[in-house]
Amino acid sequence: MPRSLVDKVWDAHVVTPATSETPAVLFIDLQLVHEVTSPQAFTVLNERGIKVRCPERVFATIDHATPTIPVDQNGEHIYYTDEARNQVQTLEKNCAEHGIEFFGWGNKNRGVVHVAGPENGRVKPGMTIVCGDSHTATHGAFGALAFGIGTTEVGHVLATQCLLQQKAKSMAVTVNGRLPEGVSAKDLILAIIAEAGVDGGTGHIIEYRGEAIEALSMEGRMTVCNMSIELGARAGLIAPDETTLTWLKKHAGLSEQEISENRDAWLGLASDEGAKFDKEIVIDAASLSPMVTWGTTPATGIKLGQKLPSASDTDDAKALNYMGFSAGDAIVGQKVSVVFIGSCTNGRFEDLQAAASILRGRRVADGVRMLVVPGSDNTKAEAEAAGLDKVFSQAGAEWREPGCSMCLAMNGDMARPGELVVSTSNRNFMGRQGPGARTVLASPATAAASAVAGEIADPREYAPIQLEESA
Amino acid sequence: MSTLDPFEIIYSDFVLVEEENIDTDQILPGRFLTTTERAGMKKFLFYDWRYRDDGSEIEKCVFNTPRAKRSQILVSGANFGCGSSREHAPWALADYGFRVILAPEFADIFKNNALKNGILPIEIDSTFYNWLKDHPAARISVDLKAKQVRYGDGWAYCFDVDPFARRRMLDGMDEMDFLLSKSTEIADFEAKYVG
Repeated sequence: MPRSLVDKVWDAHVVTPATSETPAVLFIDLQLVHEVTSPQAFTVLNERGIKVRCPERVFATIDHATPTIPVDQNGEHIYYTDEARNQVQTLEKNCAEHGIEFFGWGNKNRGVVHVAGPENGRVKPGMTIVCGDSHTATHGAFGALAFGIGTTEVGHVLATQCLLQQKAKSMAVTVNGRLPEGVSAKDLILAIIAEAGVDGGTGHIIEYRGEAIEALSMEGRMTVCNMSIELGARAGLIAPDETTLTWLKKHAGLSEQEISENRDAWLGLASDEGAKFDKEIVIDAASLSPMVTWGTTPATGIKLGQKLPSASDTDDAKALNYMGFSAGDAIVGQKVSVVFIGSCTNGRFEDLQAAASILRGRRVADGVRMLVVPGSDNTKAEAEAAGLDKVFSQAGAEWREPGCSMCLAMNGDMARPGELVVSTSNRNFMGRQGPGARTVLASPATAAASAVAGEIADPREYAPIQLEESA
Repeated sequence: MSTLDPFEIIYSDFVLVEEENIDTDQILPGRFLTTTERAGMKKFLFYDWRYRDDGSEIEKCVFNTPRAKRSQILVSGANFGCGSSREHAPWALADYGFRVILAPEFADIFKNNALKNGILPIEIDSTFYNWLKDHPAARISVDLKAKQVRYGDGWAYCFDVDPFARRRMLDGMDEMDFLLSKSTEIADFEAKYVG
């Protein structure tokens, strides 16, 4: 029987199959750990005297609670609260006690776990990967079965390197044709979520496929897979191809030998001809254009040129009211207070480049605060080597230290009540970026154009400015 | 070692929130995630719904009513618990006193996390959901052993639940113990595995 990409990864990791009474025991190749969802798991292990079974299959980094502002004059990190500092220190201590590799302050592999993870060469095609974080699906871009788990399960994987799992249903998202010029991977995934609905993928694992997916860079593929959870799917995968292998060699430091030894196995993970899916949605890439959200779920994406829809139910009416928008208004031209570039969705070099290409030679509008937060120390170094930090600073944006920052606003980086934030992150839930703050999700290019305009703007109207070499 | 109390029949008032897509940022806002403990989370439950910016309580919020405080059952619109995987959300719900959530649909990770914390998520059809919305003052009875919610004039709504989760909840068994009991099979797998 033809098998899908997900079937192949799943089958290779079944320790004991599911029965009518019990779920399957699934082996996990790699667990990523961060400070927020792990302390209570380590507490359970410590209380019960359980050792981490395979510390070499785990690595940890700090991202959610960490400050993104520079260190003080004594070189100390300025945490938002003592509790945040304690959480970070607790992870460092737990890792030391259990022999887990820890990417802390000053380590080039530190960063947002789903940005730093692939960069440090630990993420490979065909793996099962988990993290106590719903955006773990990011790693599906490499053809890995990667999904978010709760803290109890973080403990299970630390103790046994396994999880109890029922296999999810399968869903194909097929994107035919090519994305038009000026339409990014973020626009594509916002369109997919709008089409499928916020629960369109619930109970399913997605395989993204089709010409437009194959044409995406690895950064773009990570952006797409990252937001699988926003349509309810725990995981989203893309079959490995030459783009994947080239990226692993160039950006993740995999040796030519490792790649050639695994080439056939990794490329062979692609779904067999005729593999069946429980559900499929088909998107025509050529019909897409830059997207932004108008409401309080990620499924409220509309094209920049569209008017705000009229409320079809009380939840829509509540969302419009919360956002301070009226049905029939244009989304372009809405006044912006804050612009955030970063997160595990759009905190990679390519994203920073897209934003910088619009900001180069331009200024952030008066009254707009713009934060640019690279996804990892590696990304930050790459961006600085390319001079992007200067582009952002000269435009009047703040160039910050890597972290999750305003994506979930738990480190002190947050908007004030009522402020409108154009954000390259993944969630626009009420209060997500601070109590009362209003979030519009967008691509890095749209966010940068909106920063310049001081209102939501179309990036296609901001052609790159060619500067003289001396400038 | 068992960490959960066995799940007995629950007979209780319920709290009704009709919103769909209630995300875990509503249930437990992100800025309260810096704790390293799991106890005492109820004070943060639906925090931005329950409190004003100055910290004063919003009396009319359903979660601040006496009925809510004695309810062990929450009834919600579809896709409850979407968004972040934070287990702090079910910790807060359990700490507040909820043992059962009824909704037309649940987000996957939340459902999984709830079952691991002694909260039974039950998917209900629109007929039963509408009955609940029409009878907000009713008391209902949830019987996991019989897989029934009993309500109204002797009626019963039969529900499905994962058999393993049901057994765990009824026995108060811990999944970690189950996984640890598989250590021989895991070692055999690892010995053959080339990943």
